[in-house]
This record gives sequence, structure tokens and C-alpha cells, in this order.
Amino acid sequence: MRRWPALLIAALLPPALAPAAKDSCLECHSALDGNLAAPAAAFKNDVHARRGFGCASCHGGDPAQDDPAAAMSRARGYLGKIARTEVPRMCARCHSDANLIHKFRPQQRVDQLAQYRTSMHGKRLAAGDTAVANCVDCHGVHDIREVKDALSPVHPLRLPQTCARCHANAALMARYKLPTVQFEEYRQSVHWEALAKRRDLSAPSCASCHGNHGATPPQVTSVAAVCGSCHALLEDLIRKSPHKSIFTAAGMGGCAVCHGNHKVLRTSIELLAGANAVCAQCHEAASAGGAAATEMAKLISGLNAALDRSDRILAQAARDGMEVSEAVLRQQEGREALVKARVAVHVSQLEAVAAPAKEGLAIAAETHRAGQAALRERDVRRLGLLFSLAAISLTIAGLWLALRSIERRSREARISSGGD
Amino acid sequence: MATQLKTLKSRIGGWLEERLGLAAIIEFIAHKTVPVHSGTTWYLFGGITLFLFVIQVLTGILLLLYYRPTATEAFESVQFVVTRVQFGWLIRSIHSWSSNLMILTVFIHMFSVVFLRGYRRPRELTWLSGIALAGLALGFGFSGYLLPWNTISFFATKVGTDMAASVPWVGEALARFLRGGDDVGGATLTRFFGFHVAVLPGLTTVLLAIHLALVQRHGISSPPRVEEKYRQLGQQVPQMPFTPNFFLRELMAWYGALAVLGVLAALFPWELGEKADPFAAAPAGIRPEWYFLAPFYTLKLIPAHVFFVEGELLGIFGFGLLMVWWCLLPFWADNRQGRERTRLVTGAGVLMIAYYSTFSILGYFK
Repeated sequence: MRRWPALLIAALLPPALAPAAKDSCLECHSALDGNLAAPAAAFKNDVHARRGFGCASCHGGDPAQDDPAAAMSRARGYLGKIARTEVPRMCARCHSDANLIHKFRPQQRVDQLAQYRTSMHGKRLAAGDTAVANCVDCHGVHDIREVKDALSPVHPLRLPQTCARCHANAALMARYKLPTVQFEEYRQSVHWEALAKRRDLSAPSCASCHGNHGATPPQVTSVAAVCGSCHALLEDLIRKSPHKSIFTAAGMGGCAVCHGNHKVLRTSIELLAGANAVCAQCHEAASAGGAAATEMAKLISGLNAALDRSDRILAQAARDGMEVSEAVLRQQEGREALVKARVAVHVSQLEAVAAPAKEGLAIAAETHRAGQAALRERDVRRLGLLFSLAAISLTIAGLWLALRSIERRSREARISSGGD
Repeated sequence: MATQLKTLKSRIGGWLEERLGLAAIIEFIAHKTVPVHSGTTWYLFGGITLFLFVIQVLTGILLLLYYRPTATEAFESVQFVVTRVQFGWLIRSIHSWSSNLMILTVFIHMFSVVFLRGYRRPRELTWLSGIALAGLALGFGFSGYLLPWNTISFFATKVGTDMAASVPWVGEALARFLRGGDDVGGATLTRFFGFHVAVLPGLTTVLLAIHLALVQRHGISSPPRVEEKYRQLGQQVPQMPFTPNFFLRELMAWYGALAVLGVLAALFPWELGEKADPFAAAPAGIRPEWYFLAPFYTLKLIPAHVFFVEGELLGIFGFGLLMVWWCLLPFWADNRQGRERTRLVTGAGVLMIAYYSTFSILGYFK
């Protein structure tokens, strides 16, 4: 009867606060050295440990036993080190069990194993190639952390490096005849800039285009769809472009034809015209396509220059204290027209670019006029100030003369009356 | 004809004289004098302050024709004034610049009174009414700063009212009274507008009338060293007639102030900034108007806790004591034997100027 209060308290406590069950695995391995101690040390930070799972959850055995032989007895289900080919299935015992996983995270997906089996990694592992990545190669072994944990190898900011551990390994990739430049190229891309420099966690990294558990290179036919999962508007425009059917028929990789795949650089007018123009790869300068590309480049650079000119005059007016906020706001609409014109390049039709470009040029002309008017107004004010100062100076001079005359007269009056 | 006009003028004069007693006033002004010595120029600053106050009132009335004191319309109405209304930019700029210049001349006037010993018996009440007017001028500045409802003024008001909330016991109630709620918002704007155009002008008019009446009652004081010099010579301190001699000088100073205002308004029109967004993060480098920079920077320098006392509380308490001590200057400027503590007063004045200017500059640049 005396144990009832203690049992009642233990039952009422949440699992994390309940007295921990005995775990002889951790007790013994913590006391060992080197490789045998490492898993016990790492497991402290493991998300599974925090959720109440222990070594036996994966490795089997009986952690209630103090005797190592009994604890690691095959009769008690001890599995030992998990074979690499078995790792995905072993993880899926829990991670494919919706009833179990949803107790911890109701929205967690449970199709990782199914996806993995569709991936190049999964297919090769099924064929007996143990050098390919399985769950633990990306997520870690004994210190598995949640994806949102900044120390997790699959945290968005660390994922490219994690993939590069294998995909930048020339010796390993030679077996599969795969290039190893992807990570280096990706590090020059706008996507890397957004991810690593601006710390934008939503910026695309390897998994955004290739998938994570079902990692597969996008096929030529699906590149536009992959890019379009973020750049939806551009995908729509490309569909209207004559290039769409031509690229598809020629087996060319959609967006990647002009922008590349891993090394997606910041776009500029040079992509359309000039020595490094991508259009020139297919269109000769004298051809209709080449001329259209040159004309598009002219329209866009002309609009950009006009907006810059307006920016300069408005900045000058603002520096001189003129109120030009309405024109500055209008400039934003001009910049939006510039973006529309640049985006319309994907339709590959001159009219599509010309319409927003003309709209932007009209705005730029309007804001430039506003800037000129502000500078004229500034000059008028300064002229007015000059006249006002002259009038004030004359008045002060007149007052001073009047004062001097009054004081001279009163001095003379004092002297003539015999005062000092 | 000339005789008829003379008769009409005399009859109107007689009618007014019977009702207003103007002759006594004219007589008083005709005999009013101003001491002549090396510091006479400093006497002009009281008049310049008054001139700038009148400009404030006139330009303020013109701005009132367009200004709308609501969070949704305030910024747009000021923007309309400076972009669409004929000479609106000039009126708004002169209003803003003259408010700053007025506070500057208030300070100059106050310190000139200290150094010329103009606070001495029987002018204690003149000093106290002047100090109260200086406080009202700062109140005008603080309340007017928010009215354009731009980002800088919005967050500076937040900082200012937060400082008020730190006052022991009554701080929270005071901040709530100023804001009209838990935080700076539309209710604060309406309230500050009320303070700016009704409460403060009313109080200022009454106090200004008292201050000017006291100046007329006691006349303009001469510094003790000047009085002493002429006493030794067995002479009176030389005086100049207020009209026309001093008044013409004052007029020249007013024209000078007008020229400075014109230059500032035309070359450096007062910025409008961006409309306040209460949900946006405070921009970096938020600071109050220059005349609040010294206490603002001092409070920033005080550690969060000094022993067991909250730093900000200690700072506000210290400022409170300093202000009380400064207001009571006429009462501690003489020792018990009635001798002037000349060095103490001069030292206090110099230290106050040094502290205020140094900390204002540091507060501006840091």
C-alpha cells in the first residue's frame, strides 16, 4: 500500500518527467573508450533519445539486463550492427508506421521508404550496391537531429554540403561515371547566394530540384516543371513560347538550355545580345530571331537607362530638399514594368516585351519631368530667396541709417543743452 | 479741409482715450528705457523669441486650414500642403524651422539672464514665468513633432512617452494620459494635436502676458558689475529710450531672424519623411529633436542598474532634481548674508551649457 502514492505520481507525470527506464547499453558504452563510447556520447543529442527511444529500439536486445551477455543475447532480439542494406527497412519500421509517428508529429509524412525505393540510391541499394546513400548517410547515425535543427546535416543551410560529401568525391563518383562539379557550380548560382548569403531557408538547394528521399535527376522533359515549381509564372510564359515545342522536339532541357542547371547565374541583358548571348548559340545575329533578341535587349536596356536617369534627377531634387515622394513612388511602377519586360523575354515574342517596356518608358518620362519640375521649382525658390534677402538687407540698412540719424540728433541735442 | 481732418482725428483720439486710456500707455512706453552696456545686445533675444512665437502662431493658423489630425489623413494632409498648396512648402518649413530657432533663442535668452544676473530680486517671478514658458516651448516641440505622422516622429514619440512611463509612481498613468492608450497610435495624434493647438497656446498666452507684464513692472535689469562701476563713478547706468532706439534695434534683429528663416526654409526645406507604420520595426538611429538629445543620450549612458536602482529611474530622478535646482536659481543665488554667489551661478551656467551642448553633439553622432 505504501507504494501507491509513488506509482500514482509516476502515472500522472508526462513521459519525459517519469523516472527513466534502465538502459544498460548507455551505462556500459558510456564507460567504454573510443569507438565503443562514441555512440553513447552522440546519442544524448539524438531526437530519438529525446522522444524516449533507446539503443534497443534499433539494435534490439534487453537493456534491463546488467549482464552484457544477457543484454546482447540473440535470444532477446539483439541485432548488433545493422547492415547497410537493412538500414532503410529498419528505419521504416517506425517511420512508415503512421499510427506511431503521428503520436509525435501529426503532420509527418510516412512514405520515406516508398520514395527511397524510387530514388537512384534506393534502386542501387536494392541491387546490392552498399556504397550508395541510405538514411544514415544523410541524417547521421546516433546523433540524428530534426531537420529544423541548424546542426542537422539535412538542415537547409547544410544540405548542399551533405550531398557534396559523396557527389564531390571524385573517387566515389567515378564508379557511377557521374560528374563532381555540381556543388562547385551550385556555389556560383543565385540559388546559393540566396541560401548561403541571405540565409533564405526557402531558397532552392539539391533536394528542391532532385527530391530528398526519392532523389533522382530531373529528366530533360521535366526540367521546366521542376523550375516551374518555384518559377510558376515563367513556366506559363515558356509554354506560350515557340521555344517550348522546339526544345521538347530536340530533347533539350527547357530552362537549363539558357540558364544552366546547377550554375544558374544572375540574369542580365548579356544573355540576349552581345558576345556571350545565349540566344546566339542558336540564332545568328542577322536572322529574325537574332534581330528580335537584339531589339528586346535594346528595349530593356533603354528602359533601365531611362529609369536610372529619373532616379538620378529625383535623388538630386530630394538632396536639394524638394518633395518628390510621389514621383519616387511612381518610379516603383516603372521598375515593375521593367521586371515585366524582362520576364516577357521568356515568351520569345518582341511585342510581349515591347508592351511593358513602352509602359515603363512612359512612366520614366513622367518621373523625369517631375524631377525637372522640382529642380525648376528649387531654382525659383532660390531666386525668391535672393530677392527676399536683398529686400530684408535694404530694410535693415534703412533702419540702421534711421537709428544712426536719431541717435546723432539726440547726441547733438544733449551737447547743445549742455549735457555730456 | 485740413482743419476738418484735424478735428475728426482729435475727436477719434478723444473717443479712444476716454475708453482705453492710451495716453498713459504711450506715456509709459515713451519713458521706458533700456540699460546701455557691453551686454545690451543680449536683451534682444527676448524680443526675437517673441517674434518667432508670433511667426509660429501665424504659420500654424495657415497650416490648420489643411491639416487633418487623424492617423489615416495626417501624413497625406501635410504632403498635400507641401506639394499642392501654393507656398505650402514655405509655410510648413518656416513653421518647423522657426520652432527650432525659437527654442534656441529661448535657451540663449535664459542663459543671458543668468550671466547678466537678470533673475535677482525682485525679478524672481519673471524668472519662474520664463522657465515655465521655456517648458511650454519644449512641450510645443514635442507635441508638434508627432503631427506629420511620419516614421521618425512616430518612433521618437514612442521613445519619449516610454521615458515618461519610467517616472516613479505616476509614470504609467502619465504615459497613458499622453498616448491616450497603451501605445502610440491615432489617439495619441489627436491628443497631441489638442495639446499643440489649444492647451499649450492658451497656457502660453497667459504666461507670456504675466512674463511681459512683470518685465514692464520691474524694467530691464542692469548687471551688478555695471551698476557697481557707475556707482563708483557717482553716476546712473546710461539708458537708451525703448522707443525708438531699442525698438529699431529689435526690428533689425527681427528682420535678421526672418532672413535666417528664409535661408533655412528655401535651402533646407523641412523633410516630410515616410508615413508612419505602427506595425513596422523601428528604423535604426531613432533619436528625438536636438533639444531633447542631451537627456536622451544621458539616459542611454546610464547602466541598466546602478546598485539596486533601475538606471532609467535614477536618470529621470536626477534630471528632476536638476530642473528643480535650476528653477530655484534666484533663491540660492544669494547666500544667507545676502551676498551674491557669483562664481557658483556663473559656474552652474557654464556647466549647464557645456553639458547640454556636449551631450547633444554626442547624442547626435552616436
